[in-house]
Amino acid sequence: MVALFSQVGGPSQAPTTSARSQAGQAVGRLWRAVRSNRKATVGAILLLIFTFMAVFPWLITHDNPEAEVFGQSLGPSAHHLFGTTSLGQDLFAQFVWGARETLIIAVVSGLLSTVLSVAIGLAAAYLGGVPDAVLSYVTDVLLVLPTFPLLIIIAAFLPNGGVVVLIGVLVVTGYSYGARQLRSQALSMRHRDFLEAARVRGERSLYIVFVEIIPTMTSLIVATFLGTAVYNVIFAAGLQFIGFGNPGSVSWGTMLYWAENEEALQTGQYLWAIVPGVCIALLGAAFALLNYAFDEIGNPALRPVRRPRRIRRVRTSVPGAS
Amino acid sequence: MRFILRRAGFFALTLWTCLTLNFLLPRLMPGNPALAMMAKFHGRLNPQALHALEIAYGVNTHQSLLTEYFQYLGNLAHGKLGTSLAFFPQPVSTVVLHAIPWTLGLLGVTTILAFALGTMIGILGAWRRGGWLDSVLPPVFVITSAIPYFWIGMVLIIVFSLKLGWLPYTFSYDPTLIPSFNWVFISNVLQHAVLPAVAILVTFIGGWILTMRNTMITTLSEDYIRMARAKGLPGNRIMLDYAARNAILPNLSGFAMSLGFVVSGAVLVEYVFDYQGVGYLLVQALDGEDYPLMQALFLVITLAVLFAILLADIATVLLDPRTRAAG
Repeated sequence: MVALFSQVGGPSQAPTTSARSQAGQAVGRLWRAVRSNRKATVGAILLLIFTFMAVFPWLITHDNPEAEVFGQSLGPSAHHLFGTTSLGQDLFAQFVWGARETLIIAVVSGLLSTVLSVAIGLAAAYLGGVPDAVLSYVTDVLLVLPTFPLLIIIAAFLPNGGVVVLIGVLVVTGYSYGARQLRSQALSMRHRDFLEAARVRGERSLYIVFVEIIPTMTSLIVATFLGTAVYNVIFAAGLQFIGFGNPGSVSWGTMLYWAENEEALQTGQYLWAIVPGVCIALLGAAFALLNYAFDEIGNPALRPVRRPRRIRRVRTSVPGAS
Repeated sequence: MRFILRRAGFFALTLWTCLTLNFLLPRLMPGNPALAMMAKFHGRLNPQALHALEIAYGVNTHQSLLTEYFQYLGNLAHGKLGTSLAFFPQPVSTVVLHAIPWTLGLLGVTTILAFALGTMIGILGAWRRGGWLDSVLPPVFVITSAIPYFWIGMVLIIVFSLKLGWLPYTFSYDPTLIPSFNWVFISNVLQHAVLPAVAILVTFIGGWILTMRNTMITTLSEDYIRMARAKGLPGNRIMLDYAARNAILPNLSGFAMSLGFVVSGAVLVEYVFDYQGVGYLLVQALDGEDYPLMQALFLVITLAVLFAILLADIATVLLDPRTRAAG
């Protein structure tokens, strides 16, 4: 699982002339990268589909996902593409409407923990001394403490916590890996010429952090966000599966909770368990694919080599092949 | 040696944090839910157990937080983890001790298997760059690594238990059998372990393959690999002794870090399979509002993870002379 995070390509090595041109470069590079990298394309398309479902669910289905008005435990049919639950709800409607809460949890908690990672990682690197020691200690401990049991304990003491609590818990426990990576990245940049130059110019440290450092670390920050989003999709689904959050809301995790509660497997309603699981996996995979794609963009050595190699093999024998 | 000592110091701090979290969480949370729990059990607990609970959750005590804290640590030091409320008259320690071997067996074997297999596949994938292993596996495992463990468990149950009827899917052995050291019982236990183990293995192995492959690719472009090739060393020797030995180091520390994640996934896998290990117990404790049991389990899981990380650290020191020299 660590693969999702590690081997993140280093941030662009070139010292910046100005922050704006670098931001422009980053956006341009991102766009080209998404189009040229197959993993990125697939990930982006998946994410777009889910986003569409989350924003305009009523365009796709007219049924109310919560209404228990249909026949119970119906099989798939033209009226109910995925059949109905044993409570008489339409599974297709739940699948479509479920995208919203799931996506919100993943994106919001991913963004917030990335912000926390950046803040804590950079603060630790730049303050140094005692603040660094304290922040790094907290981060390292959170990194080692088994997350899910910790989540369960916190959840247990916050019964009836809704989505907000769920997101809060995910943010607090999920920022550590990114913070640690960003800290070491920031430390390694500390004495780069362009930062020294900014200091000599007499820039304030806030300016240095926001205009010089953060843009340089864009790719690592993006990777942190994507990696955290993958984790949060999985963790949120797990927590909802055991009934944390609000089981009354419609999301893929709570669908699994009800499937387990209503013994969907034992009564042969396989789709009830399969559909939300596939969606969770695909959403997680979308973030993961984008993450690996950025990895390959940052570290060209990792890109697939099939085609160039075949060509080379025709021309000359591969040197050093054993 | 200094490296190990420093790590040991960090572990002690982590453990202390874990204990303190257990102590502080119920006190920080609004409306202390432990109160409701204790009201429920008021008549049934003996005064001594009740007093221990009061100390643990900061109820009805007119002492300072600090005194309570030291009393709590003292209780822990004497192994007093309290009485389980979900499994009522039993002390928490007994309940936990019964669950540990199952999780240790299931998780220990699968973790090591996943790490070994994943690392080997990653080495081969990077070595035969562009071969079928290298082109098929990474995309497949990108997707499997994003699947929740427990859901894989559900799918395995559908396919292998409910559809095909090959393997059992509840509990860790057939409850009609009496646990004993004979082949019938052991094979039964193994049968029950297959599906949960596969569920963990499938999701867990992908990460190893990919990290190992990626570090291996970076390592293979190093000068000393070219040197080894120039010397005409056999391919296997270059692959294993030169490249893999160096590439495995970041993977080892990654292994240690990911243990918390594996344990997290295993909690729900055990729950799905009603496998009576530590994770299953944790969900049970959550359902039964059994806070003492929950906290003890958190402590035990943390201890286990720390111990495993320590082992990985020792392995790193053995494999990497630089950690020995730098200290």
